[in-house]
Amino acid sequence: MLAQVIFYALAALTVGSAALVAFSRNIVYSTFALLGAFMGAVGIYILLAADFVAMVQLLVYVGGILVLTIFAVMLTAGIGDVKVSNRAVGTGPAIIVAGVAAIVMLYAVMRTQWHQAAVFTPAPTTYAIGNAFLGDYVLPFEVASLVLLAALIGAIVISRHEVRE
Amino acid sequence: MHTLIQNLIAWGVFGKNPPRDLVAAIVVFVMSLIVFLVVALPFGGIVTWVERRVWARIQSRVGPNRVGPQGFLQWLADGIKIICKEDIIPDEADSRLFKLAPYLVMLAFILPWAVMPFSSSLILADLNVGILYMTAVTALTVVGVLMAGWASNNKWSLIGGVRSAAQIVSYEIPAGLSIFPVVLMTGTLSMQGIIRGQGWAPQHWFLFANPFTFVAANILYMSSLAEANRTPFDLPEAESELVAGFATEYSGWRYACFSMAEWGNLFIVGAIITTLFLGGWQFPHVTNNVVAMNVLEVITFTVKVLFLVFVSMWIRATLPRVRIDQLTTACWKYFVPISFVNMIGTAVWVAIWPDGNVAIGYIMFAGAIVFGAVFIQRVIYYLRRSRMEVYLNPTI
Repeated sequence: MLAQVIFYALAALTVGSAALVAFSRNIVYSTFALLGAFMGAVGIYILLAADFVAMVQLLVYVGGILVLTIFAVMLTAGIGDVKVSNRAVGTGPAIIVAGVAAIVMLYAVMRTQWHQAAVFTPAPTTYAIGNAFLGDYVLPFEVASLVLLAALIGAIVISRHEVRE
Repeated sequence: MHTLIQNLIAWGVFGKNPPRDLVAAIVVFVMSLIVFLVVALPFGGIVTWVERRVWARIQSRVGPNRVGPQGFLQWLADGIKIICKEDIIPDEADSRLFKLAPYLVMLAFILPWAVMPFSSSLILADLNVGILYMTAVTALTVVGVLMAGWASNNKWSLIGGVRSAAQIVSYEIPAGLSIFPVVLMTGTLSMQGIIRGQGWAPQHWFLFANPFTFVAANILYMSSLAEANRTPFDLPEAESELVAGFATEYSGWRYACFSMAEWGNLFIVGAIITTLFLGGWQFPHVTNNVVAMNVLEVITFTVKVLFLVFVSMWIRATLPRVRIDQLTTACWKYFVPISFVNMIGTAVWVAIWPDGNVAIGYIMFAGAIVFGAVFIQRVIYYLRRSRMEVYLNPTI
């Protein structure tokens, strides 16, 4: 009962902040509203007893990605002008894309057989995640880090372009 | 916390057979209030007086010594004065974000106290991911600082906020990487688990466990100072260039929130280093009395943290501010590569000596003692050549 109340409060926080991100007239408000969406996700992870994932979400998304986004937005000119900052292709295409996405997601939610665990005891997850990363899933993990390394090198090459010329 | 609750119930503080959940909830709530109202907030105030005194003595001045014994109540006088000030919100400022920003900074200051390990049983929540939580929630400060900088609608504020963001995001990387050597050795992220992996004697601390952790401790301390916007890394509020940086337009209670969080963060920086590298609350087992042991452990922990706070004041009084290019160079060209070397070096060390190498601990501790002795000898040498009556009387 209490868990349901907390879940709906967190879901309202997440969805409300996400709506503010999408509909705000000011891109700086949109960016700061992301904080609410990320914090709601952290809360839901904690509610699901995924302690490690919750902390990594906080560290990476709030501490890293949100700050970089705000940093980029603040260096942009004309942030009060929605036509510049939140440009859209138009209402028609947007309704079609959003409608198709909503139908697909609803279909997926309806078709899935949801398993409900009988007894749920929160347990530490860090050991299991670490063992999975460096045990069964070591190849995908290393491939993902290779992709990140390529992105890093690409960023350096692009940013040092003028030095080469 | 669980042991404390069980002990309280066993001693019959709450009568016979109390409802365990309710007792636990009440104890956690009361302890949170005590930690916040009795430790965190007064610390943020008192440390401003300590810093002004220490700073004054280092610069051969007297410092605030009028309000109360040795000026100890100066922080209360300052606090009352600042609350009585007019709360100004500039017309051109974005008033909603302007009002929200100080509370976000305050939130990032309050949240870490939940995992502050004061003693073996005094910790509000011994999270399984404690140290990760600590670093994650302290990073929330930067959102509040950026919000304040943008909402003030002032060029100095905005530059201060953007500098702060760049600085905190960069220095989070060496700070995070310097935590991993300790995690590699203990195999846990819990604050109490990390402290239990160390002993009370300095040669059993992770600071002296191997050369890599020693370097990691120093990098973590410097990076934490940079994340807390302390001199020599206080570019976000460089007085000579930016008036007061992101806090320029703030006054009254909102300004007090910023300054209290800033000084209070010194305790959190000290607590992270103490937990990871200085043995936390570890104290030799001298008595079987649980209460007495806990009191001794709280004192040990606090003394270590306050020593680190003092060192940061000392640094602030003696080092000049770095330039922005020096700041980023130090982080990306030196701290980050050295942190990677620390991590790999510790991994190899743990693979060779899984139970640690105590001999190295003794050697490094002996080296530290020799270094400290030489340092004190030099200090005494310079004191002899200077005006004794000013320097050796700390209570003018």
